[in-house]
Amino acid sequence: MTATERLTRTFVWFIAAFTVVFLMTPLIVTIAVSFGSSTVFTLPPPDWSLRWYQRLANTRGLLPALMVSVQVAAISTAIAMVLGTLCAIALVRGRFPGREAIATFLISPLMLPGLVIGIAMLQGFKALGLRDVYASLFVAHVVITLPYVVRTVVGALSLFDFSLIDAARTLGCNYPMALMRVLVPALAPAFLTSGMFAFLASMDNYPISIFFTDAWTKTLPIQMLQYVEETPDPTIAAISAGLVLLAILVLIIGDRLVGLRKLADF
Amino acid sequence: MSTQANPSSAPSPWRDPVILLAVPAVLYLLVVYAYPLLWLLMKSFTGPSGLTIQPYISFMSDPFNWRVIGNTLRVAAWVTLFCFVIGYPAAFALARAGTVVQIVMLVSIILPLSIGAVVKAFAWQIVLRRDGVVSQLLVGLGIWDEPQRLLFTETGLVLGAANIFLPFMILPIYSVVKLIDPRLSEAGATLGATPLYSFTHVTLPLTLPGIVSGVAFVFSMSVSMFVIPSLLIGDRFQTLATLTGRSFLLMRNEQLGSTTAVILLTLAVAIVVGSTWLARRLGGST
Repeated sequence: MTATERLTRTFVWFIAAFTVVFLMTPLIVTIAVSFGSSTVFTLPPPDWSLRWYQRLANTRGLLPALMVSVQVAAISTAIAMVLGTLCAIALVRGRFPGREAIATFLISPLMLPGLVIGIAMLQGFKALGLRDVYASLFVAHVVITLPYVVRTVVGALSLFDFSLIDAARTLGCNYPMALMRVLVPALAPAFLTSGMFAFLASMDNYPISIFFTDAWTKTLPIQMLQYVEETPDPTIAAISAGLVLLAILVLIIGDRLVGLRKLADF
Repeated sequence: MSTQANPSSAPSPWRDPVILLAVPAVLYLLVVYAYPLLWLLMKSFTGPSGLTIQPYISFMSDPFNWRVIGNTLRVAAWVTLFCFVIGYPAAFALARAGTVVQIVMLVSIILPLSIGAVVKAFAWQIVLRRDGVVSQLLVGLGIWDEPQRLLFTETGLVLGAANIFLPFMILPIYSVVKLIDPRLSEAGATLGATPLYSFTHVTLPLTLPGIVSGVAFVFSMSVSMFVIPSLLIGDRFQTLATLTGRSFLLMRNEQLGSTTAVILLTLAVAIVVGSTWLARRLGGST
């Protein structure tokens, strides 16, 4: 090994170590602060305590906001899975012009500023007469979740060998049964990955949701940001630490079902 | 063989029944997404007396707004540069690492992805304070003489945003790096290429598509970030996105908001179209 190579290798590993530390810093800091006893965010905390977790239950607004977010994320992801999968099949199997343009169009909400989409939708929904907070959130969040489903399922479908379906039919399956027995299992990892990222994107969305929430119905990120601005104490770290734990759980399940490397297929 | 093998025998490509499956999703997005965006675009060009570009002229004639555009592009450029400098080697390390290191790296990349920007920006508020981790580290290393506050500074904003967007740089580059056969550079070395030559002539061109998509991702997200600047730098520092948000949510100035929103939209569309075009050109040449 030459000196240059050794130098490059050391540099790359240094960067790798830095990346791990850098990326994990916010998570570790959040968890450490959430178990501290101090009202200000001192690190390391003077003493350990669970007071912020106890306070969590008494903090008005946070738990209802969590419920709203989970409902909106679950339902919008489910709708996006159906619409997105159907569309992905058309995009991969169809022979019509402009398929690529349609695919770009469906993925574009991911690339455009959420704030601008939110403003446009706010005015568009008004024009359509849609005023209900919940309904607006559901309708808007399908636009957020759909691109994740389309992107991942199109990717998985283009690797799928469709002659397997014909093979299953030759072996005695009818068409729907062949789809259920061959296509669905092959797409299961794609469903899981895209569903997970779509759900998290919806849970996390601030710039679109902000235009559709009111004083009574808020999603979690909006309630949290408001809380940080009004009463900056580690209660917010406690709920954040809860979300980190939830994410770890989801990641372990995802790893068991499809493998970590698949999850990184972006 | 079925008729599909010979598409030219079909009377019209539009007759393909499978196209119907795309209709619900496309129709949905047309009604609740594309139509509102077009409407916003139209409205920003409509004055009391018909078509006008007056709002844009008055926006551009205010030097404050030029500073806002400058802030937006400068911060986005720094964030993208930071992410690239760290993310490019990190993608190689991720692709070439052994199982254990690879798992550690993957977890540290994917786990933060699953936690919201509000949570992470809030954590960076703590990290960037005068008595925060970064300040303590830099004093400990002897780079700073005394603790300093990075929160509510541009450096702090760049650091926090880069932290949140770094996975979006690493993953696209990783997805192309893992396809490169490491023996390629060895082959180059056997043929007499210096490491630098084989990097610039073999590795770099092969990873360009990943770089393009990573840079496009990070840059467009940095241009349009809204939560992160409002937590890490505050109202003194305005970008196009924060100005858009403020004019709708606080100042109720829809005219200004629509103008900045359309500028932001144009910028984002330019990035998407430009990067798609570049990726296709690069994809065609390899």
